[in-house]
Amino acid sequence: MIAFTPLLALVAALWCAVPRSDRAAPWVTFVASVLTFGFSLIPLTALRAGGTIVFVRNWVSLDSLAAFFLALIALVYLTASLFSWGYLKGEPGERIRLYYANFNFFAFSMLCIPLLSEIGVVWIFVELTTLLSVLLVSYALSVEALEAAWKYMVLTLLGATIAVLGVLLLFWALHVTGSTDFTWTGLREASARMPHALLGVAFALLLVGYGAKIGLVPLHTWLPDAHSQAPSPVCAMLSGIETSVVLYVLLRLRDVFAGDAALHVGSWFLVAGLLSVGTAAFLIVQTHDYKRLFAFSTIEHMGIVIAAAGIFTPAADVAVIWQLLAHAVTKSFCFYAAGAALMATETREIARVRGLLGTSRAAAAALLLGALAIGGAPPFAVFLSELAILQSGILAHLYLAIALLAVFIVLAFFGLLRHVTNMVGGEPEAGRIRLPAPCLWALALGAIPVVVLGVWMPSGLGAVLQSAARVLGT
Amino acid sequence: MNGIIVELNALVLGLFIIATIAMTVTRQIGACMQLFIVQSLLLAASAFLLGASPLSWHLVALGCVTVLSKVVIIPWVIRALVPGEINQRRELAQTIDVPAALLISLGLTLVGYAFAQPLIHAAPSLSAGNLAMGVAGLLVGLFLLAVRVEAVPQLLGILAMENAAFLAGIAVAPDFPLIAELAIAFDVPLLAFIVALLARTAYRRIGTTEVGGLAALREWIR
Repeated sequence: MIAFTPLLALVAALWCAVPRSDRAAPWVTFVASVLTFGFSLIPLTALRAGGTIVFVRNWVSLDSLAAFFLALIALVYLTASLFSWGYLKGEPGERIRLYYANFNFFAFSMLCIPLLSEIGVVWIFVELTTLLSVLLVSYALSVEALEAAWKYMVLTLLGATIAVLGVLLLFWALHVTGSTDFTWTGLREASARMPHALLGVAFALLLVGYGAKIGLVPLHTWLPDAHSQAPSPVCAMLSGIETSVVLYVLLRLRDVFAGDAALHVGSWFLVAGLLSVGTAAFLIVQTHDYKRLFAFSTIEHMGIVIAAAGIFTPAADVAVIWQLLAHAVTKSFCFYAAGAALMATETREIARVRGLLGTSRAAAAALLLGALAIGGAPPFAVFLSELAILQSGILAHLYLAIALLAVFIVLAFFGLLRHVTNMVGGEPEAGRIRLPAPCLWALALGAIPVVVLGVWMPSGLGAVLQSAARVLGT
Repeated sequence: MNGIIVELNALVLGLFIIATIAMTVTRQIGACMQLFIVQSLLLAASAFLLGASPLSWHLVALGCVTVLSKVVIIPWVIRALVPGEINQRRELAQTIDVPAALLISLGLTLVGYAFAQPLIHAAPSLSAGNLAMGVAGLLVGLFLLAVRVEAVPQLLGILAMENAAFLAGIAVAPDFPLIAELAIAFDVPLLAFIVALLARTAYRRIGTTEVGGLAALREWIR
């Protein structure tokens, strides 16, 4: 039954694709997302002590890391479907129907990835996440939205094409060892016997190919465009979870390549991560658009995770999982807040938004809370996860890398806060507006994990994080 | 493998890289599409040749799916969705002139060939030439993507790169489980459909498919 969890999103997508289903589309999507989240909690609970549930041997299975990602995707799918309900009010019926059809197809493609264990099929679904979200990015049909959608598609498909050669070389390397088990575990077991030259080139191709989809610098140029031009709930899905899901694939592959010490996988991850965090921190300071601000923050966070994954200690791996959870819940909340601000002010330009507190208290409070939380202010979850990353780096004696990471994180924090406080304070430029009820509900629901996870970690969730990190196996 | 098959495959590989280079220097979109069809047929031909002796149904199936998907379905999807005048009449805008593009493509072919050498010696494969020409084709396809500003040639650039990756793949991973067939049968036509749909939307909304020239979102012009 759990293996069919993504099919709920697929059924919802097919329902919404039927003509004249626009009235039912929001609640069909919402019900599908609630059920998906509910079902995703079953394996999460069952696997918190470890183990694997195999549905179809070598093709479909779940371990605690995959179950964690399944639940994370389902959570953002749930809050994004609720926010969409209010965000699209007033749109023509046909456009609402098409939006929800695409939205559910996109969720389906992401939900499938953690369930799959065959690396070739995982690649197909990573490519599908792009194909099924392009039309969501271009939803506004403005020149900017079309440009963003085009860039997103060309650069991420280019990455996918580079990655497919890496996948093929990995299969070749596996074939040389006599094994045919082209799964995460099969590759990991055989990696020590694979030819070094093949592993090295496959690693480079996969890091560049999937790195383009994650938004690693210098392949990041599409990300601020796509993540700012799409409707805000879609931005929440793209920034909050899509990048993390591809990062999940890269983290799984890290352990395959780590078997060959001569590849220096950890060093490459550290360099790629630091380059992304540093670039994003400066881009955050200079940006003029508050949705791009949060998109740059996604590049920063992906860089932090990649750098942390390069530390290669069990403590760093727990911090990586913790950071991915904190990023998903906080970044999706930030984009709901940005969507609320956009509804209140009808502009994305930071300089044109003043006195947001007077225009919409909910939007202003959410934006401020989101900026503080995603920037890494205490006592929020991102603060704790980033602190854990810095601690694990110091314990691994990576002083220079950790010093640089800390400087970039602080720079990004002040950049974020400066822009957002300018928007929230001052004299309001428009009259007070009231946000649609589903948007307020989504903001309230999204705020719960943002606030709670910083001050209280449920023991069950702690066990899940530990167990998920153990799968990475450093 | 039979000697004649090896020689025929070498001929196919040579023609494949020539077709890929020709795509980078052709100025008509329609001709660029014809060259992509030829390139896809050559990929299928290489799959048939490598799958003939010893017989590999996996490679034969891949060749058949390639013909159906890339020679029949994709050109049909592009012609159906993208306005006809773009496919038939317009000269391609290109960021680099033809002789320079030709020289760079030839240079990239040599770079790809040299890059593949350590891999060829790392492990046995069905055909070393496929790997070398596949890597070269990937680089030339990347160059095609970089120099074109029109939507359809950019799409053809991505598809040409994918063809090149699979040209290498059929030699090094001939019994690759399911991915190649699935990708070519479903993923690639879906890709062509969505890209063509987006190009049509761009043409209707902003009157051009010169997507490479769009610059409304660049940070520094604000």
